[in-house]
Amino acid sequence: MKRMCFIVLALASMFLMVGIVHAGNLNINGSTTVLPIAQKVAEAYMKENPDVKISVSGGGSGNGIKSLIDGTTDIADSSRFIKDAEAKLAVEKGRYPVPFAVAYDCIVPVVHPSNSVKNLTLDQLKAIYMGKVKNWKEVGGPDLKIVVVSRDTSSGTYEVWESKVMNKERVYPGALLQASNGAVVQAVSKNKNAIGYIGLGYVDKSVKPLTANGIQGSAKTTLDGSYPISRALYMFTNGWPKEDTLNFINYVLHPQKGQQYVEEAGFVPLY
Amino acid sequence: MAHLLYLLERRSSLYLKKSELIIKVGMLKDRQQRERYIKKLFFGVALVSITILFLIVFFLFIEGVPIFKVVSIKDFLFGRYWYPTSDPPDFGIFPLIVASIAVTAFSSTLAIPLGVMTAIYLAEVASHRLRELVKPIVELLAALPSVVIGFFGMVIVAPFLQNVFGIATGLNLFNASLMLAFMSIPTICSLSEDAIYSVSQEIKEASLALGATHWQTIYRVIIPASLSGITTAIILGMSRAIGETMVVLMVAGGATLIPTSIFDPVRPLPASIAAEMAEAPFRSDHYYALFATGIVLFLFTLAFNMIADHVAHKYKQVGTATL
Repeated sequence: MKRMCFIVLALASMFLMVGIVHAGNLNINGSTTVLPIAQKVAEAYMKENPDVKISVSGGGSGNGIKSLIDGTTDIADSSRFIKDAEAKLAVEKGRYPVPFAVAYDCIVPVVHPSNSVKNLTLDQLKAIYMGKVKNWKEVGGPDLKIVVVSRDTSSGTYEVWESKVMNKERVYPGALLQASNGAVVQAVSKNKNAIGYIGLGYVDKSVKPLTANGIQGSAKTTLDGSYPISRALYMFTNGWPKEDTLNFINYVLHPQKGQQYVEEAGFVPLY
Repeated sequence: MAHLLYLLERRSSLYLKKSELIIKVGMLKDRQQRERYIKKLFFGVALVSITILFLIVFFLFIEGVPIFKVVSIKDFLFGRYWYPTSDPPDFGIFPLIVASIAVTAFSSTLAIPLGVMTAIYLAEVASHRLRELVKPIVELLAALPSVVIGFFGMVIVAPFLQNVFGIATGLNLFNASLMLAFMSIPTICSLSEDAIYSVSQEIKEASLALGATHWQTIYRVIIPASLSGITTAIILGMSRAIGETMVVLMVAGGATLIPTSIFDPVRPLPASIAAEMAEAPFRSDHYYALFATGIVLFLFTLAFNMIADHVAHKYKQVGTATL
């Protein structure tokens, strides 16, 4: 029984220690889409600056901004811009959220390499994902049934697709679900009928990327804003960043330092 | 204690000196103490696993129940649409439940005959040498990691099914059932084989002595005698199929439709939890809904285990008389 007590105490003290914040610590919280970038950059940053401890967590964009407003985090990751209501609440609490775009997310529709379709408009993509268009010949392709491959609803990739393509409509229940970009590539490359969507960083030779509204998804078209299925990813700080926070943000934005990890995580870097 | 000492003294006073007696009693005390410690240790070990189980179940319910403030239990269990992140969200897991049941039922119809018949062959028909060779191989099938089986289903079986049957996608109910059957065959086969093999020799000999053929002995005597073991094996195999996650996540397709053919893509309960849990915001409705899905899954496996336990006790073969 004594031993059990000891274990319980040890566990409890571990939880307590997590709660204590030391100087030289940086808390990052927010979007799970930005999480891989934040994690990779934080690891590299801590290697170069061993005296700074960064803790990164992903509770979702809304959660991250909320904790920035509450003052429990130094940097809030967000896959969307701050909402008016959030900005108002922040100012009321005497905080001023400053956005930094740290990367771009570019989602590309892909099909099997044997598919003759080259381009789909956003409306066609929407109709396919709503289950209205069921055969490739309706969009100028071969006479084959369309197999729709989608992502799990809580992924950032799905979020982009939902906001940029689906436009408030729901992906129909018959769509296949894959849990990662890699799994979508695998599923599409093995199926002549399939269409899927993946982050730009995951496009390889086994699948054929389609142009959307006639525009090819690439780093260039994403950065100049012409490619429709893309978005910026942000880090928000409370006021103009200072000290460790400033150093970290500068590190993230540095073309040879932070930005190389952006590409590694499958996103489009700023430069 | 005093009473015991008195008895000891009386009994041993005939042939023990007093100093010897003290040593004996000391050793006795020592041994008793050790015994008590060992007892406590084992009690503690048993307690740890039980405590862990209860904690897990407790947290499962703590995290899952709040969803029923948002949707009613009826809408949750029988709702046709699963859109946890749209606005307004829909939390209906009926297609998921149907998918889990369909996949388990279909994989069982494949795995039970294969598993049980292999077991009968190995225990009754095959020569000793062959049995020693084949049984470990069948059991090795259980050692295959589920992700490997899933990968096999995804990369090899799915395109194959697609080409042979001319269907739109090879990631479907049939493929998932096939892969799950692979996973439950070793469980069913190995446990049934043990049950069949342990049927006592005298029953078999009695049957053969009465003039029954080998086949008659197998299906009139040996199978009824080992029925409890075989049923337990089948149910444990099925509960493995219903709880399996990786395989269904990879090969079942993942559509939240109620299947109308065995070649429709489906999404069983574990696949939904595994795919969405990682990125569902902490303590959001979606998070609660996934835990509630976990509760449903837990109740399914609990039911399976209780049936297995019940069957094992009720139809237990005790001696030859119950045949």
